[in-house]
Amino acid sequence: MGKYKGASSTVLKPKTTHQVSEIVKWCHHRRIGIVPQGGNTGLVGGSVPLNNELILSLSNMNKVRSFDPVSGILVADAGCILQALTDYIAPHNHIMPLDLGAKGSCQIGGNVSTNAGGLRLLRYGSLHGSILGLEVVLPDGTVLDQLTTLRKDNTGYDLKQLFIGAEGTLGVVTGVSILTPAAPQASNNLILALPSFDNVLSLYQIVKRQLSEILSAFEFIDRTAYELAVRHNQGRALNDDDVQGAECFVLVETSGGKREHDEEKLTTLLETLLDADQPLINTGVLSQSPAQFSSLWALREGVTEAVSKEGKPYKYDISVPLSSFKRVVDGTREHLRSKGLLGEHAVKHVLGYGHVGDGNLHLNVVASEYTQEIQDALEPYIFEVVASHRGSISAEHGIGAMKTHALHYSKDAVSISLMKRIKEMFDPRGIMNPGKVIA
Amino acid sequence: MRPSPVRLLNILVPVKRAVDYAVKIRVNPQQTGIDTNVKHSMNPFDEIAVEEAVRLRERLKTAVKSIQAVTIGPSKSSETLRTALAMGADSAIHVELPDSSAAPEPLAVAKTLRAIIQRKQENSEPIDLVILGKQAIDDDLGLTGQMLAGLLGWPQATFASKLDLDLDKKSALVVREIDGGGEEIQCRLPLIVTTDLRYLLCNTEPRYASLPNIMKAKKKPIEKLTAADLGVDLTPQLEMLKVAEPPKRIGGGKVDSVDGLIAKLKEAGITAV
Repeated sequence: MGKYKGASSTVLKPKTTHQVSEIVKWCHHRRIGIVPQGGNTGLVGGSVPLNNELILSLSNMNKVRSFDPVSGILVADAGCILQALTDYIAPHNHIMPLDLGAKGSCQIGGNVSTNAGGLRLLRYGSLHGSILGLEVVLPDGTVLDQLTTLRKDNTGYDLKQLFIGAEGTLGVVTGVSILTPAAPQASNNLILALPSFDNVLSLYQIVKRQLSEILSAFEFIDRTAYELAVRHNQGRALNDDDVQGAECFVLVETSGGKREHDEEKLTTLLETLLDADQPLINTGVLSQSPAQFSSLWALREGVTEAVSKEGKPYKYDISVPLSSFKRVVDGTREHLRSKGLLGEHAVKHVLGYGHVGDGNLHLNVVASEYTQEIQDALEPYIFEVVASHRGSISAEHGIGAMKTHALHYSKDAVSISLMKRIKEMFDPRGIMNPGKVIA
Repeated sequence: MRPSPVRLLNILVPVKRAVDYAVKIRVNPQQTGIDTNVKHSMNPFDEIAVEEAVRLRERLKTAVKSIQAVTIGPSKSSETLRTALAMGADSAIHVELPDSSAAPEPLAVAKTLRAIIQRKQENSEPIDLVILGKQAIDDDLGLTGQMLAGLLGWPQATFASKLDLDLDKKSALVVREIDGGGEEIQCRLPLIVTTDLRYLLCNTEPRYASLPNIMKAKKKPIEKLTAADLGVDLTPQLEMLKVAEPPKRIGGGKVDSVDGLIAKLKEAGITAV
């Protein structure tokens, strides 16, 4: 995002776990800070050195170690690119349990270290569930081999969980064992236009009940976000007339085993929605071909790109109760207006989109320039709003360098002190990704 | 001479169910054809044809009396008709083939379409305009439109990128794609138009089927006919002997030095002139 700039002079690209171990051992000995780096696609500066740390890039560790087409368990080096893994297991009719916009460059080790969420979380759950084992080089160079392929293993503390989402502060993930689900045989998606945000919740309930096990995504896009995506050529789904009366949009995806079965369920759902006395939706479109299926997704995934093209984005990735999505977005807009910051001169748009199914809202503020004034107006305001809902200030992006100061809005003193003790125990010399998560 | 009353327009849009263009085609193990157990959708050129018919109605309003979609194919082809109906066609005809039968050839398709058009004539709902894709993306033959025009003795405007109708004069102004540009021709109705991809550049892309229209489409009538009803024979005249993938391309190599390059060239039998 061009927000963080390191001053490192050295990047090492080891090819084996042994080499990683040797490098870390040396750095431990000489007390040299290390920043483990995957695809460097993070949004909170977790993979960017703050000073002159050594960058340890996992890019050359990019081999699949094994894949069992019966159990669907994939064991791979940490540097494997997510898309490459998806392509590797596709012929075996399996898919990766996670999917995100950066799939073409992000690496599985980075996904694990940041506990990446993404578009399939609603269906396949978080990485805390699908990761079966990890191989980690600890901050003193020791290799922790927990690369098991067991689905059940209740033998004491589940240590690997600590490294999922640790953002490289406890060690370097070098190998991953992950459970991949069978590829769905049929997929459909549709975009619905809703007259009011209040309908999203009731709609979600109905969709969940009627589509049941075939529901695989329920994404929310507000009108501002939709219009930005259309303006920046990320596609177009509905007629202009249909957009006019809508306050927000919902993208629903189904993945199932049999097309006829899924279509029958979808038809019943649509009949219920359209024939209701007080319809929850104005209208919508249903993709008729794989090409249309991709373009509907492109519209949702393209919001991120559109936001970057429109101006300088301040991005907040928060978990708040579903019912408060709109209040949080509107509240932020009003707050900026009251500070006189809303308009072409400062903040152009305040918009919200995200994963309704996961209670995860992406609140984006698009400004013409990054300024201290806007920054001060947004923080701690947004963090306080999140804290008032007992939400999370970082639902899926992590803490990195950007939000270390704000950690206390989501974690109480007891938790933070415990986190610090864990960090101290693993990394007494503080060489692993210094300045990140807890500072 | 008193002016003839302006008759309302009936449009026929033949559509074909084809393997979706986004699907990677694979030759089946028996090498008799391609693996058809994949996602199918409406042939993209036909989608443009449906889109154009619907746009004509949007421009000419009530002057367009009916838009009828027609397909020839197995039972699953009715999904393609539903898509056409959801996009805005009023009714549809499905000439149903047994699921096991081979895909009909262009001449048989053109004869079937002629039979349908003649039936319509007899039922006094004569077709004034047939809009269809210039080719289907599965066999890429690109013959049906021309053959149909020949059989009926109607004018044809192939590879069209723009279509304007003058109902008073019963004529059409069509821009055709030709090498290096467009050719503008005037045709009288009834007329066969085959659509080219440039429609996408001149206009916006074919519309998504909206939910209310999808629901309406389920209630629109689909008339089912068989080849026998129409007195046509759809048995293929060609026999497919073998389908195989093109040979794999063998990649080039790198040489370390100029000398290495010269050695390679000599090896390949290339010498200085």
